This record gives sequence, C-alpha cells and structure tokens, in this order.
Amino acid sequence: MSFQRKDLLGLRGMTAQEISYILDTALPMKDVIQRDIKKVPTLRGKTVVCLFYEASTRTRTSFELAGKYMSADTINISTSTSSVVKGESLIDTGKTIDAMGADIIVLRHGASGAPALLGKHVKARIINAGDGFHEHPTQGLLDMLTIRERKGTLEGLTVTILGDILHSRVARSNIWGLTTMGAKVRVCGPATLLPPEIEALGVEAFTSVEEALEGADVVNVLRMQLERQQKGLFPSIREYARLFALNKERLKRCKSDVLVLHPGPMNRGVEIANDVADADFSAIEEQVTNGVAVRMAILYLMMGGGTANGSVH
Amino acid sequence: MNLPDKAQLMDSEGIRRAITRIAHEIVEKNQGVEDLVLVGIRRRGVPLAQRLREKISDIESLNIPLGSLDITLYRDDLSTSHVQPIIHKTEVPFSIDGKIVVLVDDVLFTGRTVRAALDALMDMGRPQAIQLAVLVDRGHRELPIRADFVGKNVPTAKKEIISVCVHEIDGDDSVSIQKLHL
Repeated sequence: MSFQRKDLLGLRGMTAQEISYILDTALPMKDVIQRDIKKVPTLRGKTVVCLFYEASTRTRTSFELAGKYMSADTINISTSTSSVVKGESLIDTGKTIDAMGADIIVLRHGASGAPALLGKHVKARIINAGDGFHEHPTQGLLDMLTIRERKGTLEGLTVTILGDILHSRVARSNIWGLTTMGAKVRVCGPATLLPPEIEALGVEAFTSVEEALEGADVVNVLRMQLERQQKGLFPSIREYARLFALNKERLKRCKSDVLVLHPGPMNRGVEIANDVADADFSAIEEQVTNGVAVRMAILYLMMGGGTANGSVH
Repeated sequence: MNLPDKAQLMDSEGIRRAITRIAHEIVEKNQGVEDLVLVGIRRRGVPLAQRLREKISDIESLNIPLGSLDITLYRDDLSTSHVQPIIHKTEVPFSIDGKIVVLVDDVLFTGRTVRAALDALMDMGRPQAIQLAVLVDRGHRELPIRADFVGKNVPTAKKEIISVCVHEIDGDDSVSIQKLHL
C-alpha cells in the first residue's frame, strides 16, 4: 500500500483502503505529539510551504506544526503580505515557490479547483487545505479519525451534518469520505442552504433538525460562515439559532452515546449551544489534536518512501 | 529470483537455549536486573524481548518493564523508494531516564535499524546505558555498531537472506538461510 497520487485534492474518488491507510498511519503520529520531545527526523531536508489565500488559524498552524514535528522546514505565506497584493497570479506564485525547491505546497484558496489547477503547473505536490465550496480533505480525515477512535468503526454509523451545507467544503469532504467508509450520512439545514441536488451524493437531506437527529450516532455541526452570507439566504442569525442550533434538548433525539463534532471556529450560541460545545460527548479539542496527527500522516505518506517489505535488513 | 537452498540454522530448541543463555548473560553483565528495561524492535524483536523477560523473571523472580519500538519514522532510507512502510505503534509505557535499556532485535545486519532505534530511544529520555541483544548476527555492518548479546553468529554472503520465524507471528520458531543463485 502506498500513496500514489501526486496531489491530495479531495476525498472524492479515494478508496476505503486508502482512507483506512491514512487513518492507521495517523495513530502512531499521535504518540509523537503527546511525548516530551515532539520531533522525529523523518522529513529532514524537506520543505513544506503553506500558501493561504484565506484566513485560517487552526488549519495553517496544524500543517505548520505537523511539518515541524517531522523535522520538515515549513514556511507560511499569507497572501496579504506577499506579491499577491502586487497582482501576481496563483500559477506564477506557485511556480516561484516551486523554483525555490519546495517539496509540498499546502494551498488554501477561495476558488473551488484552485489546488487542482496549481497541481498541473508545479512539480511540488499539492495538498488541498480547503478550496472554495469544493473540499477540505484533511478536515474530513480528522473528523473520521475522531469518530473511529470514539466509536471503533465508521461502518454502519448514522452521521448528521448540520448547518450551512451549501457553502461548506467540510460537508463535502465528510460526505465523500464517510459514505466511502460505509456510514449513513444525513445533511440538514435551511432549505436555502441545502444544494438542490445534494441527495445525488448518496445522502439524505432534511430541513427539520428534529428529524435529522433522530437516532444519529454522530452530529457534525458546521460553522455558520457569516462571511459568506451576504445574499439574504436566511432572515437572521437569531432565527437560525432558534431553528437550527444544536442544543441539549435537540440532542435527546440522538442515540444516548452521541458524539458531537465541530470543525471550528465555533460561533457559540449560533450553531452550537455553549453547554453542548463543552460537554463530554463533544470531541472538539480532540479533533484539533487529531488534525495535527492526520496532517503528519499525509506529509509522511506523500514525502516518505522506503522499501517494499518495510524492512531494513 | 531463485531460492532453492534453504538451510535451517536453528530450530525451536536452539532458539530457546540461545534465549536462555542471553537472559543469563544480561543478568550477569548487569549484576542483577535493577534499573533494567527491555525494548523490542518491531516486529520480531518484540516477541523475543517478551521471551527474554520471562526467562529473566524465572532467574531473578522479578518482572522487568517491557516496551516495543517502531523505528519507521527514524529510518534513513525513506526517500529512496515510493512505497511507504506501515508504521506501527511505539509502546514504551515507562520512563527510560537513568535505566539500562536492552534493545532486542532478531537479526543484526547493516546496523541501520539499530542506529534508528538508538535515535528513537534518545528522543524518549536519557538512559544510563543502552545494550543490544540479537538472536542472529550475520555481519556486514555499515555502521560502527556491535551487539552485547548474540544468540548465534552466522557468517553470510551479503546476498544471502536470513529469515527468523517466531511462533507468535509466523506460527513456528526457526532461523534459516537462503542462498541466492543468480
């Protein structure tokens, strides 16, 4: 088993075997994060450039730390302080980074498909760290790792994704990954924030939170992306909170051992109630740790190598 | 590749006797088992370390800590091929600070696995000393590394293959050599 793709663009089209392989590789990485000396020499001499065209704390820091824990040199470029403000195109910026010898470019971009485009023009391998409304594969993987750790398996679970499905790349990566791994996926949100053809992806769509939560094993609450809501898709934040926020009352409809996830950053009191966010059945902090582990696994699999039988003898 | 000649070097009795002898040597060299811990290198060093622990416990009536080490992240050949080895868990659930660590592996060959294991141990703490126990030393070292305890020295050609089987993983206990006719 090996990771043969040049770029990691999304979970769509990835096999269950590939996903399991990444999740299995993330487990020993978690041990590295939890020990005193958080550094292994695996990626010494490799360079990872994080190129972020959108704001981010956790994803960028997570990739940067994942690289550093494995001894890669990591560089961050936030476009507000780069040549992008002088009008340089994505491809030209990418080629510049390529020419400096980067092995991996981690790209976040507002346009769906930007990582795929850049991947065609550079030698460095591309990791998609979120592109438009398309995919955020490492988030999907870390969500699956967290679910698998708490529930033991992904197969046969009912996972409800709640919130702004329309604008959410996290929702799409979750849908592709979870359905591939044999989970049943439900999506729920205001009708204006549910893409009309979403059921074609193999999920059930709901506009009633109560129905969507009935018997669910896992609820993945999406962030209300306030920066993308300029078109009047729902009347007000307060109304959204009243009708769709995940609170303790609504959670009673789920299985008694329900697990709550949130990709962060949270709008407390909007999509998730305070007491739900901080409860034992929420794994929101665990998701952050698992995020670093999953990204270490991805960097290892995309940059490592080794002998076919795994032996040095 | 043609591998017609497979000769057995040790059977299960031979392995058992070698492990028993190494256990005595470890106890003798360290004058007891105080501060001693065993760390097996995955995969086949782990069951061998387990057996050493049982023997030492028979001799000294004391159970010493046992850990297992996966050295994949410390390998020096990760970028030379595009197939990545699967990483297993490292489980050393005790502090190795100030301890005498006996590393256990099945075969000592180039010394590169042991080099990786030494680096991995150093990242976990500061042991008082590290010693090396192997079931088979087949020569051809590429690094200045030697074993403190050896089950059997086997002179080999570089292209020959030594395979160690342990019943915990492979169903039976044996050490055999395969000669390559190219």
